[in-house]
Amino acid sequence: MNNEKMQTKNLSVHYGKFRALTDINLTVQTNKITAIIGPSGCGKSTLLRSFNRMNDLTPSARMDGEILLDGENINVSGVDVVDVRRRVGMVFQRPNPFPKSIHDNVTYGPRLYGIRNKRDLDEIVEKSLKQAALWDEVKDKLHQSGLSLSGGQQQRLCIARALAVEPEVILMDEPASALDPISTLKIEELMHDIVKDYTIIIVTHNMQQAARVSDYTAMMMIDEHRSGRMIEFNDTNVIFTNPKDKRTEDYVTGRFG
Amino acid sequence: MLRKTFETEIKQVKDEVLLLGSMVEQAIIGSVESLKKRDLKASRQILANDIEINKKRFKIESQLMILIATQQPMAHDLRLLASTMEIISELERMGDYAKGIANINLRMGDQPLLKPLIDVPRMAQKGVDMLHRALTAFVNEDVDTARALPREDDEVDALYNQVYHELMLFVIQDPKSIERANWLLWVAHNLERVADRVTNICERTVFIATGEMVEIQNTDDEFWKEQNSTDA
Repeated sequence: MNNEKMQTKNLSVHYGKFRALTDINLTVQTNKITAIIGPSGCGKSTLLRSFNRMNDLTPSARMDGEILLDGENINVSGVDVVDVRRRVGMVFQRPNPFPKSIHDNVTYGPRLYGIRNKRDLDEIVEKSLKQAALWDEVKDKLHQSGLSLSGGQQQRLCIARALAVEPEVILMDEPASALDPISTLKIEELMHDIVKDYTIIIVTHNMQQAARVSDYTAMMMIDEHRSGRMIEFNDTNVIFTNPKDKRTEDYVTGRFG
Repeated sequence: MLRKTFETEIKQVKDEVLLLGSMVEQAIIGSVESLKKRDLKASRQILANDIEINKKRFKIESQLMILIATQQPMAHDLRLLASTMEIISELERMGDYAKGIANINLRMGDQPLLKPLIDVPRMAQKGVDMLHRALTAFVNEDVDTARALPREDDEVDALYNQVYHELMLFVIQDPKSIERANWLLWVAHNLERVADRVTNICERTVFIATGEMVEIQNTDDEFWKEQNSTDA
C-alpha cells in the first residue's frame, strides 16, 4: 500500500517577485496528522494553501515544483481545481459558518456537487456532525442559524462542513487558536477520532498542540532572503524531545522569536 | 514567564541539586566515620539529617513540577527537568544508604567492631568522590566525564570483594562472629550501591546532553555472573 498521500517536490511559491517558499520537499502520510510549525511569516500557511491550490486565488502567486496527490501532480494546468479542493478540504483559523442554518451549512458542499435527495442530505448532515462531535449538541436545532452556536461549536460545524463532501485530506490552519481550552481539546479529540478515515495537515503556533495531536512535524524557518524553508522533518516525538537542528531546538524551547 | 526567567529558575534548581548532593556526601562520609569511631550520637545526627535530605528532595521536586506546569518544557529543557527528577530520587536513595549505615551503628550497641575499618572508609571516600564529580558533570552537561566515570565503579567493587572475603574468613574462623560480620557486610553493600547509583546519574547526564538513553556498562554484571558460576 502506498502511504504517501501528498508530497511536494521542490515546491517554491512566489508572490510577485517575492519568493515566499523555497524548495519544500515534504511527504504527508495517509491517515496521519502532520503538523507544520515555525515562527510567524515563515510560510506555513502558504505551504498549507499549496496543498489544495488555494494560492491560485492570490493573483500574484506563482507555484513552481510538484504537488502530488496520490502520486499525481496537481500543480499543472488543466487540473480540475474544484475537484482538488473537494478532495483536499480546509478549515480556517476563525470559525466562518455561512449565515445559514446548521443543516444548510453542512449540505452546502454536497449540494454544490449535485446531491439533491433530501434523505441523502439528511444522512450526510448526521454523519458529518457526528464525526465532528457536534451532533448531540445540535440535533434538535438543525434549522437554527450556524451563527447562533458558540465559537467552539461553530468551528466544529466548519469541520462538519468540510467533512460533508468526503474529502481525503483536511488542511487545518490554526483551527483552535481562537477557541477556549475546552473547545480546543474537543477539536483535538475529533482530529484524533477522524484521522483513521482522513489525512490531516495542521498549521499551529501552539507547540503543545502540535506535540499532542500530530504524528509527524515539519519545522519551517525563513532563510537569509526571508524565504520559507523546511529545516527539519521527523516523528513528532523526536522533534519535541530531541530535535536534530539547533534552530528547531531553539524554537520549540522558546529561545527563538 | 520569560525565557530569561526560566533559565534563572533552571540554574536555581541545579544549585539546589548540588546542595542536596553535598548533604548526601556528608551523610555518607559521616555515617562511616561515626561507625568507625562507634559514635552513637553522631549516628543519631545522621538520622536527623536524613529527614532534611528528604525534605530538600521534595522541595526540588515541587520546584520541578511548577516549572513543568508553567513552562511546558520541550526538547533539551524537557530532558533536563525530567532527568533532574530522576537524579534527586537517586540522591535521596543514597541518603538512605547513609541512614542504613547509621542504623547499623546504633543496632550494634556496645559491641565492638569485628575488625578495624580500613577498606570500608575507602569505599565511602571513593563513592563520594565519584558522586561529586558526577554532579559536577551533570551541572556542566559534561558528557565525556559522565561516560567515563562509571568505569571507576570497578574500584569500589574490588574493595567490596576484599571486605566480603575478609569478613567470610572471620566467620569461618569463628562462626559466632557471623552477626558482627553481617553488619559490616551490609555497610559495605550499601556503599557499593552508592557507586552504582552514580552510574545512573551519569546516564541521565548523557541523556540530557545528547538525547541518547544509554545504559553505561560497569563490570558488576560480570562479577555476579562469576559469583553464580562459582556457586554452581
